[in-house]
Amino acid sequence: MLAPERIWWKPMGRLEKTWLTVALVWCVFLTIMMPLWYLYGKQNVPAETYRVTKEAYSAKVNEFVTQFQVGEENGIPVVAPPAGSDIYLRASTWQWYPILQLEKGEIYRLHLSSMDLQHGFSLQPVNINLQVLPGYDYVATIVPTTTGEFTVVCNEYCYLGHHTMVGKVIVK
Amino acid sequence: MATLAPTTQWTKGAKDDYRTCPVTTLKVDLHSERLIIANAVMAVVCLALGGIAALLIALTRWQAIHLLDAAWFYRLLTLHGIDMLVAWIVFFEMAGLHFGSTILLNARQANPKLAWFGFILMTVGGLLANGVVLFDSNSIVTFTAYVPLKAHPLFYLSYILFAVGALITVITFFINLVVAKREGRFEGSLPLVVFGLMTAAILATYTLLQGAAAIVPAFFWSLGVLPEYDPGIYRNFFWGFGHPAQQVNLAAMVAIWYALAQMTLGIRPLNEKFSRLAFILYLFFINLGSAHHLLVDPGLSFAWKAVNTSYAMYLAVLGSMMHAFSIPAAMEVAQRAKGFTKGLFGWLRNAPWNEPGFSSLVVSMILFGWIGGITGVTIGTEQINMLAHNTLRLPGHFHATVVGGTTTAFMGFTYYVIPLIFRKELKLKKWAQWQPYVYGVGSALVSLGMITSGLQGVSRRNWDITFAGVVPGTVDLTLAIFGIGALIAVTGGIMYLTVVLASVFTGPRMEAGQLLLVAGSQNPLLESTKLTDEQMERPQNQPKGTLVLVFAFLVWFAVYYLSNWWLLGRTWFIR
Repeated sequence: MLAPERIWWKPMGRLEKTWLTVALVWCVFLTIMMPLWYLYGKQNVPAETYRVTKEAYSAKVNEFVTQFQVGEENGIPVVAPPAGSDIYLRASTWQWYPILQLEKGEIYRLHLSSMDLQHGFSLQPVNINLQVLPGYDYVATIVPTTTGEFTVVCNEYCYLGHHTMVGKVIVK
Repeated sequence: MATLAPTTQWTKGAKDDYRTCPVTTLKVDLHSERLIIANAVMAVVCLALGGIAALLIALTRWQAIHLLDAAWFYRLLTLHGIDMLVAWIVFFEMAGLHFGSTILLNARQANPKLAWFGFILMTVGGLLANGVVLFDSNSIVTFTAYVPLKAHPLFYLSYILFAVGALITVITFFINLVVAKREGRFEGSLPLVVFGLMTAAILATYTLLQGAAAIVPAFFWSLGVLPEYDPGIYRNFFWGFGHPAQQVNLAAMVAIWYALAQMTLGIRPLNEKFSRLAFILYLFFINLGSAHHLLVDPGLSFAWKAVNTSYAMYLAVLGSMMHAFSIPAAMEVAQRAKGFTKGLFGWLRNAPWNEPGFSSLVVSMILFGWIGGITGVTIGTEQINMLAHNTLRLPGHFHATVVGGTTTAFMGFTYYVIPLIFRKELKLKKWAQWQPYVYGVGSALVSLGMITSGLQGVSRRNWDITFAGVVPGTVDLTLAIFGIGALIAVTGGIMYLTVVLASVFTGPRMEAGQLLLVAGSQNPLLESTKLTDEQMERPQNQPKGTLVLVFAFLVWFAVYYLSNWWLLGRTWFIR
């Protein structure tokens, strides 16, 4: 706790230099892992984003649902869009709309936006999590690699009914 | 070593403005003493409030018990975040800043009125926040209050008052340093502990300014003056406050680590340059970490996210890894100099494990680094964040850093503040000796329960995960571990509060405050001057054991980090 002399700039010892070098090499490794995965990895964070109004996005979702609806579950339409197409998911308190029916191994452009508060797109048990904001059309290009019924949980707190906001994705 | 300045320059010759500690002959400014007491009392009050909330929300997330209803769960979650993450820690840090800028420097509180004004603003802000969250159901917005979730205007005002108060206290810290230097209160350079606190204070300055950038518009937006507030912009500014605020805790905690090591083992830093360089790395790079919260947000590019999330090149992580070596190494050298030179770890076996300042230091370092640090770097990796964002892995990480790390260290430090500043003899010493272990085990289980639940996809801030219907049965087990951990940690918290209250209210008054060990009898401040250069450089005193420990840490770090890439590679393709 006592003050050192004014000039405390002294050369480091051997052990300090060793650890500093090793730690720095580790930090460089941590840094280059991200661009490496960006170039060669199959799972990268989507960056494609557009500004969108709530009205415009909602109109898109409705158009999408009328075009490709194949059924209904608990009042929510089930939509089976063709492979390679733009697909839309709308978040609002406290609902994911509609239910998406996809095919394994096909590519889709998944649009995400919110009509009111911030929400969180959490696909389970795949465990992919993305932030959903009002005013932003966030586009994730996805390829489902497993089949089954998946749940979309909202994982951004959106007031008292937050935990009831559960949606569905079906992969055949 | 510092020599003490002549007393003639003391504040305008007013006699009752200071007392002299008869053992250390350090002067204790009475304004500072009262400010430290006031800040410490508020810190402990907030800790108690946040602790009650912690118990209740943990018993709700423990699915088998599921105690509260949804509204009360989210309300107390909001309260818990504010009281623990901000109020308890910041009040304690403000006490630390007063301590570091006056008593440790043998200097005076240059502007007591300003310091009290800061304290009063913080207190009003803190209490107002608690009141608004408890009584206004629109203000159940959690600690982050993400726009467009709209709380009562008083909610934002309470944040602003608290932040302005803290900023004023930080300013008094800088004033005190300048005045102390000018009046020649200490010779040589700033002591390392004060240097660390100064790092914390500089970080706090821009953190609080960024907080203003986020919250002041939100205040006007809630009043209807500002029609729109972009949620993405809010998130960016909010985390410019929210994340660096935790790095203020980090810098303050590391400073306290050095202090605890000095007080309990009499260490001398191996190399001042090495330790100070590590603090300077925090200063320059830690602010970039705000991006950790925006990694899966729309509108931001890979390059922006990657550069920021990695603190340019993990240079702030490098700072922490340097401290992770330099503190245990200094402890090892000090122990070896006392003759504990047997084997690699003889120094550790013969350490004062019954001294709470030492055990809380060790618990704090282990939980902070081995759980909190590695999980933080891992989930802060751009792509891996997709697996972790807003799951329980997040609170799992920061409960290891802020609870297991910072809070444990601050609690340990309190046991020495009580005799020194409150001038009360510590009561219930046995409790104090056990407390760091109880609290540490509890916090570790809380973190591990949360992390393992989060790995299975359980989201944070969620009243009832069974709605989701997605989680496998093992989640019941991991959430139970979290719940049991919370019970143990709350027990440790109650032990801490009991020791503090018993000492402050029933402890015998000591004539003069001094630094006392809990388990030993020597005066640690005087002991710490005894290590000579020759002792530090002797071959058998070199910190070989520490080098083994840090390499083991690196291996554990690498295993956890790489296994997360492996996990990511198994999920759906996404771009």
